[in-house]
Amino acid sequence: MSNTYATHASAERTRFSRPQLVSLLGPLISTGGIVWAVLQPYRVTLLHPFGQGFWWLVAEPPLLVVLVGVLFTFLVARPLLRDLEEHRAASR
Amino acid sequence: MQPHAEMVHWFFAAGILFVGACLLCEAIVGREVWQMRPWRKYLWPGTAFLMGVLLWPVMAFFTNSAIHMYAHGSWAEFLMLAGGAELGLVHGRLTSRWWRLTWPLAFVVTGTAFIVHEQNPWYFARSAFLHHLIGWTFLIAALIPLALVWRPRSAALQACFALVIVVVSVQLFADRDVAPVFGHLSPLAGTPHR
Repeated sequence: MSNTYATHASAERTRFSRPQLVSLLGPLISTGGIVWAVLQPYRVTLLHPFGQGFWWLVAEPPLLVVLVGVLFTFLVARPLLRDLEEHRAASR
Repeated sequence: MQPHAEMVHWFFAAGILFVGACLLCEAIVGREVWQMRPWRKYLWPGTAFLMGVLLWPVMAFFTNSAIHMYAHGSWAEFLMLAGGAELGLVHGRLTSRWWRLTWPLAFVVTGTAFIVHEQNPWYFARSAFLHHLIGWTFLIAALIPLALVWRPRSAALQACFALVIVVVSVQLFADRDVAPVFGHLSPLAGTPHR
């Protein structure tokens, strides 16, 4: 394999995987929260809200993880993917 | 009306997880793309600074001993210092790379404070175990931001830095006020509530 081809192939592989990694990060975080909620449903006080205090209804760790994943996807990852695409188009 | 200490840990864990995800994204796409939108370059340093500010009410309302006050106060100061220095660097007001030393400094102070203010042994309860673990994680991982002072563009180091932040977030999410750790719970710790 020539050096030029190897460099080109490596760059293509990197360009291909970066958007995938960025778009996967948020859903991966949210999935972690959902799996946690399934494994430890007693951590989700919304499932049994009666008799719970205010803070027990607000602080639900699996749902906080899901929330971080969702916020990250919509606030950070999606605009970043557009910028990444723009950057790729400009550098072609 | 105050939340339990474990809940405060979870709220901070959520903020730290968000910062970790942002750092990981920056490591993946590179600083050039990350900073294409002006607001985004302030996002994680601003969140880190905000968490430093929010540590002050934690210091005020969750202080049950002098050592707790010193620990929470020093985290607040050094997180604000590191977040503020990073804000200055991305804005261009600060240019010297030595400002990046504030991160390893914040890690060392945080790690030391975690270990010093936890006076119970590792297997006393889960919170004691996690305080020791988080403390040592910060102390050992301080080498990564230290290396970033000299290699700020290294994607591998940036990714390691991000992963350390994510690991700390997971450790904080695992915290409980009174719960066993690997089957160990001191009778002096109290009754586990859930």
